[in-house]
Amino acid sequence: MALTLEQVRHVATLARLSLTPEEEQRYATQLSAVLDAVAQLQSLDVSQVEPTSHATLASSLLREDVMRPSLPPEKALANAPASVGTCFSVPKILE
Amino acid sequence: MPLSDFQPVIGLEVHAQLLTHSKIFCGCSTAFGAEPNHHTCPVCLGLPGVLPVLNQRVVEFAVRTGLALECTVKGTSVWSRKNYFYPDLPKGYQITQYDQPICEWGRLVIDTPAGEKVVRVRRIHMEEDAGKSVHDATASAGQSLVDLNRAGVPLLEIVSEPDLRDSDEAVEYLKSLRDVLMYLGVNDGNLEEGSFRCDANVSVMPKGSTVYGQRCELKNLNSFRFLKQAIEYEVARQVDVLESGGKVLQETRLWDVNKGVTRSMRSKEEAHDYRYFPEPDLPPLHVADALIEETRGALPELPRAKRQRFMSQYGLPAYDAKLLTAERPLADFFEACAPHAPDAKKLSNWFLGELSRLLKEEGTTVSSVRFTPTQLGELLGAVEQGTVSINAAKDVLGEMFRTGAAPANIIASKGLAQVSDVGAVEAVVDEVLAKSASEVEKYRAGKKNLYGFFVGQVMKAMKGKGNPTLVNELLKKKLGD
Ligand SMILES: [Zn+2]
Repeated sequence: MALTLEQVRHVATLARLSLTPEEEQRYATQLSAVLDAVAQLQSLDVSQVEPTSHATLASSLLREDVMRPSLPPEKALANAPASVGTCFSVPKILE
Repeated sequence: MPLSDFQPVIGLEVHAQLLTHSKIFCGCSTAFGAEPNHHTCPVCLGLPGVLPVLNQRVVEFAVRTGLALECTVKGTSVWSRKNYFYPDLPKGYQITQYDQPICEWGRLVIDTPAGEKVVRVRRIHMEEDAGKSVHDATASAGQSLVDLNRAGVPLLEIVSEPDLRDSDEAVEYLKSLRDVLMYLGVNDGNLEEGSFRCDANVSVMPKGSTVYGQRCELKNLNSFRFLKQAIEYEVARQVDVLESGGKVLQETRLWDVNKGVTRSMRSKEEAHDYRYFPEPDLPPLHVADALIEETRGALPELPRAKRQRFMSQYGLPAYDAKLLTAERPLADFFEACAPHAPDAKKLSNWFLGELSRLLKEEGTTVSSVRFTPTQLGELLGAVEQGTVSINAAKDVLGEMFRTGAAPANIIASKGLAQVSDVGAVEAVVDEVLAKSASEVEKYRAGKKNLYGFFVGQVMKAMKGKGNPTLVNELLKKKLGD
């Protein structure tokens, strides 16, 4: 199953990746190979099998609705490339 | 075709913040109004190496809401990742429910001018809220500031079928839904602070058609008025597009409050490809039948049922019943007072009149009222028996409201008691008439507008405390009417 360059560019845009033309070619080939491998599984008849969304069969563990201390803001912001007051600062959001 | 030949088709998507203490997947506070980024931790900041742990109250609230809206609550539901990039979304994805939500196929009955209408609820699911960008004068050009306090606050998304047919129905549905959520105690219904938010999907089709037109999603509708205005604008816009031979494009449009128009948010278009997949960090959620049945048994009476009961049980008009049941604490207090009051309709008048005025004036709610239902009953009884005039009773209520003192004590200490003793009133009437011989003569000769003068003189002599019914009765008798 060959992935078109158009599809590679679309996925790259959604993932905010900027690819060179060589990379677009390379990923088109590699991703197509991945899809081919998955496509083999399509040949199995799984109509009688429950879909599995998770490897474990466990149910969600729940916690009580109890407040716990948050981080001090200086710690919360410690990894931020830029901050103003106790806010994260990011390049201007358009719209 | 004119506008009136088109049928608007509307569905609403509501996001309601749940009234939990802590966030959906971590222990951070959900309180509104904290300093930026004071309610964050490694989980809600999206730092590597952490795992979400689901807040059980979120599940309970979702089940409660689903049952109140007559949904099927699913024994198993699945968490998904919705992937998109935005600075207020620290993980680069939102944990939500996609193809297997916790509740499906319910309904909400609303009132329209044409009668009852059933609006189908397609699904209810749980998800985490995003943070928000802060508009701050200290930010320089080219900069946006981000506050993640809201990131991870639990939301219910409640999606209706496109069953609404005009802006008034949409407003009525949204108000009814808000009332239900507030009755259930799962949401505070605050549109301005954004804890109850609404998007509208709007399309038009020729009247009589069964095929829906292309729809647009409207955002930024943070009041009932904006919802109504935005839908009406959008319907007219889509009809214009169709009438001029164009096609309505499926897009997200923002309601511009200042200009009163909807405008396209083109940047949203491509991002609509959210590449959902099952959330690997959270196994499927199982809800036990026992929890569902226990929750069903504990559901409170809902606004609509309560309103109907107020009409039948207390004989109240629909208008009164609607206002009294709009909020549960007021309705509860009314029911606590009703057994002590001589007349339910008169009690309702006091609730919707003087008591509402006092609450509004003091900027408080009925839960902080200092007097008891018995005391209010005593006051209304005193009015009924003529011990105190209606006007004086309003003063007494104000005093009870502020101090919680017993009405009898207030009436006594302020000397507000009305004189209803026939002998006492008669003596005053006789005295006034004797002093006003010339006026009495003119009155009897036909100058009937002097009647008010006699009433005024009697009331003046009695310092306003004469029982007006009795004063009138005796005056008319003595004047020979
Ligand atoms: Zn947190």
